[in-house]
Amino acid sequence: MALGIEAKLGDSVLTTKLDVVVNWGRQYSLWPMVFGTACCAIEFMSAAASQLDISRWGAEVVRFSPRQADLMLVCGTISYKQAPILKRIYEQMPEPKWVVAMGACASSGGVYDNYCTVQGIDNIIPVDVYISGCPPRPEAVLDALMKIQDQIKGESVLNDRHKDFKGVLD
Amino acid sequence: MNTALELMQAKFPKATCTPTIDSVTIDVQPEQLEKTLSGLKNDPELDFGLLLDVTAIDYLKYPQSKETRFYVVYTIRSWKKNMLVQVRTPVPDPESGIPTATHLWESANWGERETYDQYGIHFIGHPDLRRILNHWQFEGHPLRKDYDIYKGQVCYDSDPMEKEIKARLATKGIDELTMKDINTEIMFLNIGPSHPATHGAIRILTALDGETVIANVNEVGYLHRGFEKTAENRTYNQIIPLTDRLNYCSSLMNNVAFVKAVESWLGVEITERAKFMRVILSEFYRALDHLVCLAALFVDMGGLTNYWYLYNEKEAAYDLISRLCGARLTSSFTRVGGMYRDFYEGWEADLENQLRGIEKGVNDSLALVAKNRIVHDRSQGVCCLPGDRALAYGFTGPNLRASGVPFDLRKDNPYYNYDAFDFSVPVGTNGDIYDRIMVRFEEIFQSISIVRQAMKMIPKGPVNVADPHVCLPPKDQVYSNIEGLAGHFKLVFEGVRTPPGEWYDSFEAANGELGFHFVSDGSGQPYKCKVRPPCFYTMGGFHEMVEGEMIADTVINLSSINIIGGELDR
Ligand code: SF4
Repeated sequence: MALGIEAKLGDSVLTTKLDVVVNWGRQYSLWPMVFGTACCAIEFMSAAASQLDISRWGAEVVRFSPRQADLMLVCGTISYKQAPILKRIYEQMPEPKWVVAMGACASSGGVYDNYCTVQGIDNIIPVDVYISGCPPRPEAVLDALMKIQDQIKGESVLNDRHKDFKGVLD
Repeated sequence: MNTALELMQAKFPKATCTPTIDSVTIDVQPEQLEKTLSGLKNDPELDFGLLLDVTAIDYLKYPQSKETRFYVVYTIRSWKKNMLVQVRTPVPDPESGIPTATHLWESANWGERETYDQYGIHFIGHPDLRRILNHWQFEGHPLRKDYDIYKGQVCYDSDPMEKEIKARLATKGIDELTMKDINTEIMFLNIGPSHPATHGAIRILTALDGETVIANVNEVGYLHRGFEKTAENRTYNQIIPLTDRLNYCSSLMNNVAFVKAVESWLGVEITERAKFMRVILSEFYRALDHLVCLAALFVDMGGLTNYWYLYNEKEAAYDLISRLCGARLTSSFTRVGGMYRDFYEGWEADLENQLRGIEKGVNDSLALVAKNRIVHDRSQGVCCLPGDRALAYGFTGPNLRASGVPFDLRKDNPYYNYDAFDFSVPVGTNGDIYDRIMVRFEEIFQSISIVRQAMKMIPKGPVNVADPHVCLPPKDQVYSNIEGLAGHFKLVFEGVRTPPGEWYDSFEAANGELGFHFVSDGSGQPYKCKVRPPCFYTMGGFHEMVEGEMIADTVINLSSINIIGGELDR
């Protein structure tokens, strides 16, 4: 018995643009790599837990190996000591990949305007969505996820994203 | 207190002893430092077995001139006799330095490394003097007063740490020659700094023989965010939000510890209601902190169900917490001289509900764990640390008590009416992972009992002291008379002024003794504010716990000592 879309279409042919199909697939199967360093990571735990349940957006397959992930969530303060590691892990993720900076620290250094804190991870790697707050509420993480999905919609498989990005470590 | 002072004077006639709040400060010249410290440690009448902290002070910009620019301070406790001393010594030349104390206390190793890193003071005879919080490519010493707070330095590459692990292997009798031998197969395995098992950012480098850890060295500092330097540029009340981010699993306890330290020097006696509020909330947060620690530990052990039983209660507690202080994680709920505000109406019922929830969650989890053969096999007799070694490494809190040392500041040096509550201090016997788990489980029940007792005893009344030099005046005064307005402005802009001087005050936080060491120049901002973090010294003893154990046990051992990055690296 055919279910869903096959039932409607029978054996007719469907034409679409490659970009649309690919983007549609990518949008709903984001695999996050959580780069959690500090307090914000605790709030990410809440976003992933039962109450808010990140799997409603198809992003529950949290990978701790960057090679299997396509969405990097940077949750927490990045110090200069941590920066080379962040960059290395970002580079280990296969293209296409998206980056969310969660919280004031990852976005701009936050309350730590001092000698050891990187003033925003966009000094190191390209960022697609920033989440404000210290820490942001877990709902804001879900909001960021939807923003990433919107961005993915408009992308093309032919484009190389962030080809020209140059950070302080490049 | 006087007896401690007299005792010190009798023991060290050449040194100057002065009493401060809870402790005695002993001023010695560098030549006598060694003798003084070993006297404190080895004299059975003194028995100062717990070196809490090592730090330095840079007097470059201090209004009163001092004998030398740098001083080094050792904070040492004799837990059995409930005495606390701070030994201060001038450092005539930081380059040539002063003698080390690493042969007396193991905790001096990391403490002195931090002092070297932050202030550039050498310790003669230190076995491994290198940076600890800042990265290896860093130049200069950030806590020196002439180091610009905004001067960041980029780190291009991580430290390979090859030298360190080889040195550690050499102490185990494995040198280059043995490693080249075709029959030895030593594998180096690096866990972290970005690894799910490290719960944050710590680097654990191990040398393995099969699955057994032969040698281990650890690197911390990945979350060093300059708390201490930033605090020197903030008023006391502005620092409270920063303290949230030390141990972010129990932020409110840090808030309490911080303001308690400031108030103790100001001589402010907070209102009874505020004291009870602080007790209730601290104990509530202690239970929450242990919940998160245990939840994560059982995930690492493979018991994910426990995670839901325990973490869901923490999540549920956020409702109460956000109703109380407006935030979920970062409470910032205390102020110097009292609290941000009183409890909301109907808090008792909410809190009682929450306590029942925690009890249920913990009991459900215990039902899975207490008689579980797998948990027993994996945790009993694994990663043991006997009491004397734990003390030598500067362990405090549940980790120390699991090793059989019944030291708890709430009992031994009670504050906020803790002596009026009926509670017991659970202690372990072997100092293995099992003991650390069970001590935490039991402490949750004890904390719940304290909260219930305090809820019955809490009096009505104001939560802030009525002193316009310490607490903001009520709004109707600010809006209606000039005195109130001026008081408000002065407090907000200049901060609470503290009398010049130096002091240390401590608090039993969820992870152990959380201390603050201040130097004040009389203004509304601390001249220096050093945190004595319980985690930092616990991590300093990690290698001794895991060497000789299996690599898989290293992972659960790390969760059993509850390392929180924010507090570890500050
Ligand atoms: S933004 Fe705030 S909560 Fe998040 S890591 Fe930074 S200090 Fe912590």
